[in-house]
Amino acid sequence: MRFTRVLRMSAAVAALGLAAACGGAGANADKPLLDRVKESKKLTIGIKYDQPGLGRRTPDGKFQGFDVDVAKYVAKELGVDESAITFKETPSAQRENMIEKGEVDFIVATYSITDARKKKVSFAGPYFIAGQDLLIRAEDNEITGPDSLNGKKLCSVKGSTPAQKIQKDYSHEAQLQEYGGYSECITQLLNGTVDAVTTDDVILAGYATQNSGKFKLVGKPFTEERYGIGLRKDDKAGRDAINKAIQKMIDEGVWKQALEKNVGPSGYKIPAPPEITEK
Amino acid sequence: MDFLSRYDLLGAFWVTVQLTVFSAIGSLVWGTVLAAMRVSPVPLMRSFGTAYINLVRNTPLTLVIIGASLGLYSTLGVALVERESPTFIEDNNFWLAVLGLVVYTATFVCESIRSGINTVPAGQAEAARALGLGFGQTLGIVVLPQAFRSVVAPLASVLIALTKNTTVAAAIGVAEAAGLMKEMIENESDKILVVFGVFAVGFVLLTLPTGLLLGWVAKKMAVKR
Amino acid sequence: MSAPSVLYDAPGPKARGRNVGYTAAFALALLAVAWVVYLKFDEKGQLDWTLWQPLLADGRTWTEFLLPGLLNTLIAGALAIVIALPVGAIFGIARLSDHAWIRTVAGTVVEFFRAIPVLILMIFANEFYFLFTDVPADSRPLYAVVTGLVLYNASVLAEVVRSGILSLPKGQSEAAMALGLRKTQTMLTILLPQAVTAMLPAIVSQLVVVLKDTALGGAILGYEDLLIQYRVISANFANTIPTLIVIAIIYIVVNFALTQLAVWLERWLRSRRRGALTGPDPDMLEEQAPGLDLSDTRKGQPVSA
Repeated sequence: MRFTRVLRMSAAVAALGLAAACGGAGANADKPLLDRVKESKKLTIGIKYDQPGLGRRTPDGKFQGFDVDVAKYVAKELGVDESAITFKETPSAQRENMIEKGEVDFIVATYSITDARKKKVSFAGPYFIAGQDLLIRAEDNEITGPDSLNGKKLCSVKGSTPAQKIQKDYSHEAQLQEYGGYSECITQLLNGTVDAVTTDDVILAGYATQNSGKFKLVGKPFTEERYGIGLRKDDKAGRDAINKAIQKMIDEGVWKQALEKNVGPSGYKIPAPPEITEK
Repeated sequence: MDFLSRYDLLGAFWVTVQLTVFSAIGSLVWGTVLAAMRVSPVPLMRSFGTAYINLVRNTPLTLVIIGASLGLYSTLGVALVERESPTFIEDNNFWLAVLGLVVYTATFVCESIRSGINTVPAGQAEAARALGLGFGQTLGIVVLPQAFRSVVAPLASVLIALTKNTTVAAAIGVAEAAGLMKEMIENESDKILVVFGVFAVGFVLLTLPTGLLLGWVAKKMAVKR
Repeated sequence: MSAPSVLYDAPGPKARGRNVGYTAAFALALLAVAWVVYLKFDEKGQLDWTLWQPLLADGRTWTEFLLPGLLNTLIAGALAIVIALPVGAIFGIARLSDHAWIRTVAGTVVEFFRAIPVLILMIFANEFYFLFTDVPADSRPLYAVVTGLVLYNASVLAEVVRSGILSLPKGQSEAAMALGLRKTQTMLTILLPQAVTAMLPAIVSQLVVVLKDTALGGAILGYEDLLIQYRVISANFANTIPTLIVIAIIYIVVNFALTQLAVWLERWLRSRRRGALTGPDPDMLEEQAPGLDLSDTRKGQPVSA
């Protein structure tokens, strides 16, 4: 019976899949960060793959951006060699989940410190203070800030708070275009079918660097986003170690160099280093 | 459950219904035209019909809809509503989504109608031609009306699939049910099962009666041969 | 009905002239549209070689992003269809059971999962795996995508199998009964093999649907399928539109090949057992509605037995 054999085979494949589904998770996921590092000399760090200037996977399989540089520096301070870092993509909606399950050791991915998130994870840092700003075409002189957007077209990512904030607090008559990702917004801005893209200034600076000369930042941030390094809740020792690494990065000037290299060419004014508050 | 009252559930499903209705009408018309092209005497039209079906049907709907927004509107500059309107983006996105859904769904409508045309006995068309009717008349007066009767069931399937496919419109920011669901999952992460349940029931309520009703119509309309 | 069609007379000299006229007008219209598209794309700078170079002349874009993405899409699609097929067969058979309660349960499950958008099923599956299982993060998106696809497509395939079985000549099961086979034996050794063979084209075209639907999971769940690669590629080269065009072409080529396979399979099956089996048209079954029963329809032709 040729057919029944096919049927049996597919049943076996299905069973295999189910068996794999019930297999075990990471073995030492429950230990604090420092113990894990000491034991394995390895780190799994969550970043973004598609954010120019911050976290981006390049065609040669490497990773580039400010977040990546921070991650590498912290890893070095924890005693982990650059080649022993595994970078993992962390979609925004999955970040808390992945930390809670111990699937990443920590996350450096434009991750704002908020009280809601602090219920589930701990933060070290902040390692950077960003603010919501507007990205406009280089030749645009009409848009000067969030309250000059009435009658203008604004683009942001679906479900994100930045765009709603503008409509609610500043320009009520701004029209809002939402997409799944920023790259669609940037395309529309280039084509002239939206007038501004809004989100954190350093993210926008990344896009301005990428499309050199075509865009500029308005430069009047109107919120404060404190980017932290997210890790396991209540891992105090781990947090202190990361904080120490961030402070050292700032003091040695590596912090500023990294920013200048990754987002400096856009003309973005690099802010003063943040004071570490998550202790 | 009272967190549900903070969201405009009915409004979101209403957008879903509107998307479905307009896209259904559009794809029925365009799908019929495509089917006519595929059986027409003009070779170039036949090839166009075939090429169109093969290109569009094999492209993911998400790409078709993002293409309508980034390609057709943003790059080619085709706006579907008054540009100066204060709700331009919202309305334009709605109609771009409808257009994308029509372009995509019409391929399925076309193929259903074509198989419907196949069920009409050749004698019908031959008799029509013997009466001196041309291609347009033969197809429009004699063959298509009969073909439609036998494809109510498959067309109903296409309609149901279309209802569910409207969820893809969220990719260009249309505020329909799936978009709202994403927002709710983001904000109410502890009540995820309730959220899922609400939207699942919503879609079942939309699709099941349509299916049952059209299934009944299909049985009524079927031609005994 | 194939060309030369019964829908129109063989064209005489006048009609031939008219057809040439139509052809010319239609060709002109198509060319005009193409020309406008070209001009507009050029005007907006979308034809710049710097945007296309990474896609057309840089192998790394393919080896690092596009091909792994395509592989992921194919893996999810293949897993989904391989699991959905037996599950679908079981439910299809269950809907034909002699026991009313089995029929009711199977029917309800099938109708339910067919009525819900696949995207919603995927999101739910992802949360389910996160909350209740130890599936590691690396494979959770894959599991979620495959589960969503399986739930939906198994219920579609259940209907395909059921209509396949119903479309078999009655003599088959009668003969089996006369030989003294039990119900299970009849189903597994006589009916199911024939039904699946007859339904192969419908099953292959369902695979196209599955492949396209994997694209739904990428953006939200972080499954690195083919479509979602445009985010990473455009983060590197700022070329969103060219990237989307190239990705669309890959989908079209792969799915077209699969569709051709379906057509070829159907022809091969027809020629192998001439006229013995006619299942419902794959096109019509592809996305069948809940509550609808196409099983008494052959080639869209109502069968009044």
